[in-house]
Amino acid sequence: METFLQQLINGLTLGSLYALIAVGYTVVYGIVQLINFAHGEVFMIGAFGALATYLLLFQGQTALWILPIMIIGAMVAAVGTAVAMERVAYRPLRNAPRLAPLITAIGISVFLQEFIRLFFDKIPGTNFPSAKAKIPFPQIDVVTGKAFSPLAGVQIQRAAVFTIAMMALSALGLWYFINKTKTGRGMQAVSQDPDTARLMGINVDRIIVAAFAVGAALAGIAGVAQGLQITNINFKMGFIAGLKAFTAAVLGGIGNIQGAVIGGLVLGMAEAMITQYTGMLPDPFGQFGGSSWKDVWAFALLIIVLVFRPQGLLGAKVVDRA
Amino acid sequence: MPKRSVVSVGATLLAASLALSACGSRGGSDNSSTAGGNSSAKVAKIGVIAPLSGDLAALGLGIKNSVDLAIKQANEANAIPGWKLELAAEDDQATADVGKNAATKLAGDKEVIGVVGTLNSSVALQVQPVLASANIVQVSPANTGVSLTKGEDAANPKRPFPTYFRTCTTDAIQGPFAARYLFNSGIKEVATVHDKKAYGQGLVEAFTAEFKNLGGTIVAAETINPDEDKYDAVVSAIKPKAPEAVYYGGEYPQGGPLSQQMKSQGLDVPLMGGDGLFDGKFIELAGSTSEGDMATSVGAPTDSTAAGKTFLDQYKTAGYSDPSAAYGGYAYDAANAIINALKVSLKDAASVEAARPNTVTDLGKVSFDGVTGKVAFDEFGDTTTKVLTVYKVTGGAWKAEKTDEFK
Repeated sequence: METFLQQLINGLTLGSLYALIAVGYTVVYGIVQLINFAHGEVFMIGAFGALATYLLLFQGQTALWILPIMIIGAMVAAVGTAVAMERVAYRPLRNAPRLAPLITAIGISVFLQEFIRLFFDKIPGTNFPSAKAKIPFPQIDVVTGKAFSPLAGVQIQRAAVFTIAMMALSALGLWYFINKTKTGRGMQAVSQDPDTARLMGINVDRIIVAAFAVGAALAGIAGVAQGLQITNINFKMGFIAGLKAFTAAVLGGIGNIQGAVIGGLVLGMAEAMITQYTGMLPDPFGQFGGSSWKDVWAFALLIIVLVFRPQGLLGAKVVDRA
Repeated sequence: MPKRSVVSVGATLLAASLALSACGSRGGSDNSSTAGGNSSAKVAKIGVIAPLSGDLAALGLGIKNSVDLAIKQANEANAIPGWKLELAAEDDQATADVGKNAATKLAGDKEVIGVVGTLNSSVALQVQPVLASANIVQVSPANTGVSLTKGEDAANPKRPFPTYFRTCTTDAIQGPFAARYLFNSGIKEVATVHDKKAYGQGLVEAFTAEFKNLGGTIVAAETINPDEDKYDAVVSAIKPKAPEAVYYGGEYPQGGPLSQQMKSQGLDVPLMGGDGLFDGKFIELAGSTSEGDMATSVGAPTDSTAAGKTFLDQYKTAGYSDPSAAYGGYAYDAANAIINALKVSLKDAASVEAARPNTVTDLGKVSFDGVTGKVAFDEFGDTTTKVLTVYKVTGGAWKAEKTDEFK
């Protein structure tokens, strides 16, 4: 029972992280039908943005009040990157064949990784460590440090609570933004039919920028959460996290925001539970448990869901424009 | 259907880009030549193969700089009349394939007489045969894998390559040394974790055998994937077994985060490992909860002996931008072992290539007092010095806890 609760929390934490990133894939896909494979890098840059904010302003301190400022730093870096990539790389290709922006996305992804790897320590006016090796992430009071134990036998990582809480807050904020604000409703309209939306006086370009920005803001938060959890960041961290989050978005139904959140949580939970309980099976099967198999199970789950329910768990946004 | 095809094409492209980026080589070779000496002298090069970029660069750059220092001093003292020594440093990125390419490059250079390196045992396995086929001596300051000198069959040791030597002790001694230390300090139940690399696995196997021998229990044996950042699954698997300590076979880029994640998830016991953890970066990565974590390292602490202090002072005076790190002293001794052999083998030789076979023989006979203790090799090419030290994280820094000779 204790193991189950422990894995439940592990799964929720992992799932929250995937969900925060997955929203970015799904929002952009819902509006411009582009799989933005550089979104994992936006997450990575969010983490580096938080670190840069910390190193510039608060180096050596660990008080909790620094954290919100780091989160803002992360969001600024992530949103700035996402908006710039939309403007420079995707907008000129808006009407190009679909493969062109897709390949561009992969190019941007490689570019951003290498940029951080080679230039993070060379940014003028700063004294940042080289990103060629893992960089320790600041350990803020309250959200890092030794585990606390609300129940006998269950110990919760402090950063896990932070991650789950940020996920819940972001989901609420996102719901409010999409349904209650003018821009959010504009996004819904554009995702249904951009041409008609334009005729109704909606500035489609602005809505697309907003879509990139919303996804990037959540990815920035995820970057901080990841940094706090594993206490170090590196230039490659966006790749596998981005791939998993993309999987979560497809699992939940790409283009569907609730789907991305559910898909993330299901994927995280499945990874935690399957690795734990497969390892407990009798011998010929037990060897498939353990952490080294978790990616195998995650992608096996994706394949199974797509075979039986190609539209994803909650159903993809059906778009079929000629 | 266009939507699904975009998804599937995207996934394929992504996989392809992953494969491509995996082949791309990162970082360049870092060649620097040494100053001094007269220009009419013939040139002999001492190579370095170590990770000069990437996660383990802190250790690799320490090795490179220490060899550079030894070469500069030899040139200044005109140690080999008529010859000028140069450094030829190659980056192996802690990767076996890259290391092999670096070795091939050095082996193809007619002026290379010896090589100091590698850092990783897994890289050394690929480098050994390349250098051996060219009769170039290799002295590693850091390889602790047993099979490098004794072959795969531990019961019937057979030296695979006569050109290979090392100045550090091996896992066959380091693992058991840690086992005895833990057992004698009252810890009877330990969980082990390793990173599936030659070094980590060898260390854990040697540790496990000795710890069981002493009467201790291994309550869990887990592995991690060195490419991963999150170890929740491993920590969750170990925690219910309630070990009194965790023994980790691997290096600090994974060991530091593992220590931190163990403690933040409620597994509040010390992490102990081999010399791969013994670096300041470990404490940075593991954070404030790393107090009490331990590492064994070969030899006595460099700053505990007079020769070691002199070396550290000279290193500092030379003004290198990176610290000498865990293996600086061993690399300095390794380079000096080669230089001592060259004093005999190279002095009257017509060319570097002609001197190579004699250098192998002469290196086996070397015996001098280095900065890490006596430098001499047994019939397998292993160092004859078997002194190790346990270090413990105390007040945010590594402190020597106990230095002892392994018998």
